[in-house]
Amino acid sequence: MKLNRRRFIGTASAATLAAPTVWGAGHGMPKVVVIGGGAGGATAARYLAKDSDGAIDVSLVEPSRSYYTCFFSNLYIGGFREIGSIAHSYGTLAADYGVNVVHDWAVGIDRDAKTVTLAGGAVLPYDRLILSPGIDFVDGAVPGWDISAQNKMPHAYKAGSQTELLKAQIEAMPEGGTFAMIAPPNPYRCPPGPYERVSMVAHLLKQINPTAKIIVADPKEKFSKQALFQEGWGKHYDGMIDWIGPDFGGGTVEVNPDEMTVSIDGEVTNVDVCNVIPAMKAGRICEIAGITDGNWAPVSGHTMQSRMDENIHVLGDATNQGDMPKSGFSANSQAKVAAMAVRGALTGAKVFPAKFTNTCWSLIDTDDGVKVGASYQATDEKIAKVDGFISQTGEDAALRKATFEESVGWYAGITADMFG
Amino acid sequence: MGGFAKLCFAALALGLSGAVAAVERIGDAESGAELWTQCKGCHQIGPDATNRIGPHLNGIFGRQAAAIDGFSYSKSMQRAGNDGLTWTLQTLDAYIHNPKALVSGTRMSFRGLKDDQQRADLLAFLRDFSDNPANIPEAAPTAIRDLPDLSDEILAIRGDPDYGEYLSSECTTCHQRDGSDQGIPSITLWPEEDFVLAMHAYKEKLRPHPVMQMMAGRLSNDEIAALAAYFGALSDEE
Repeated sequence: MKLNRRRFIGTASAATLAAPTVWGAGHGMPKVVVIGGGAGGATAARYLAKDSDGAIDVSLVEPSRSYYTCFFSNLYIGGFREIGSIAHSYGTLAADYGVNVVHDWAVGIDRDAKTVTLAGGAVLPYDRLILSPGIDFVDGAVPGWDISAQNKMPHAYKAGSQTELLKAQIEAMPEGGTFAMIAPPNPYRCPPGPYERVSMVAHLLKQINPTAKIIVADPKEKFSKQALFQEGWGKHYDGMIDWIGPDFGGGTVEVNPDEMTVSIDGEVTNVDVCNVIPAMKAGRICEIAGITDGNWAPVSGHTMQSRMDENIHVLGDATNQGDMPKSGFSANSQAKVAAMAVRGALTGAKVFPAKFTNTCWSLIDTDDGVKVGASYQATDEKIAKVDGFISQTGEDAALRKATFEESVGWYAGITADMFG
Repeated sequence: MGGFAKLCFAALALGLSGAVAAVERIGDAESGAELWTQCKGCHQIGPDATNRIGPHLNGIFGRQAAAIDGFSYSKSMQRAGNDGLTWTLQTLDAYIHNPKALVSGTRMSFRGLKDDQQRADLLAFLRDFSDNPANIPEAAPTAIRDLPDLSDEILAIRGDPDYGEYLSSECTTCHQRDGSDQGIPSITLWPEEDFVLAMHAYKEKLRPHPVMQMMAGRLSNDEIAALAAYFGALSDEE
């Protein structure tokens, strides 16, 4: 019934206007378009569809049919997960929740007309738009590297084929070879991610290439869970990992993907694998929408609404919201607040005060898991930290194992919460 | 209620748990020995004690939960031990009061000893079989504290399930609605009162897990009741 009526209207306007099919929002059921099907977008789409009981027409625009979670992709590199175990489809969101899943790229947003244009030419009207596009890389952030070099020097910071490529390159390293990582400046997706990755690369190399070396060039004085990682590296991978902070030139790097060299503070080193993780910014669609300030999209913590446009909510890594780290857990948490606010605005559903949580687990070696987390609340100024905790150095093996097992449970929990 | 217990509870009620230094006795160990008959079907204590249905209880004070080698503890008790649950006067008191409120999946099928004085007496008896219990009974870590001392008013709060549903979205990032129990325990279909007690035990840091202490720490009484109502009634349809 619904489809028939739409098709009828669509045909009529296409005939009269000879333009892409647009029917104004405000007719019939309220429409929400969600761009990006990760921890923020998939969760928002699912909660909107689930909690509105069909009173909101929810579309999810995501180019990939199989979504690979960035979280736990390091565990694939370390050999603790199969790649298939971090892949998820949108079948349940479409079939069980009635989300209109569109596999396409969003290439344009008209904020006045309240429409989204897709690469395939379709135009989707919205009453509210939710942007959860994740990150893109800042051009020229690492001299010598641009996105065209990503096959020679992978970033593997969007999971999937890049992650598989990086692992294959590590496995193909010559005996005693060198793995280099160019770590990103703050702020970036998944603060402990690069260091968990170093741990997982070391774990893999220890088994297949124990004389190999790992160099990390880092522009940051300090990094997430530093004491925990450095304790773990000393314990499990003694002498294998050389972390070069800014005091030793870690912030002054240049790479040459054709020669496979890395220059750190002017000293050129031949490397066998180079994982370049450049500086990041909000996914490009935020720039296209004109809602960024600097590299990120500022939002209100009460509703996750853009500070530039109250009809747009932004989630996750792309936002500048305050104290929360850029993580899948954060995006999932923010998505629920946004979904509630959108339902309140469009259907008059009850709205409760925004609350947020985050926990980031990292694996250092087999059964050696650590975590850091905090709770947050919205203030007028930002999302502000309320309380937090972090694993301690010197914890016993049983607790570390329990922490790892907890992270496996969390993975199952959050992916069910995202994809149904 | 005996002098010690009364003093402790009064001090705690005023938030002055450090003020119990003058206390001399936990309770009456002789009365405790009589109460022990309720325990000895499963537990042994004393020179020849061995693990039976339950673990032996020699040296229980100061020991981490689930720490006796060779005894097969429940998953829930092992998890509590890994999280850092240590048996002190305070935690044992809470456990004996209501075992499942402190350790949800414990195999100890004991309804709990609700009488404050009886627990104090039983603890006095158990304490005699701990060689060197740290700080007993003078200092704060071993002071008796009731399991979250919930008034009937708090227990009587009927939660708003709509609010609970919204709040539950914070829980379900980790705890799966369908009751899956892998690494993270299930909280689906818990009896409401158990849920309320458990959340207050985290809130007051009687239960050890840091994530849960943080999550429960900022929940109001009404919010805890709302979550209890929601998870208690969750059906498979969700």
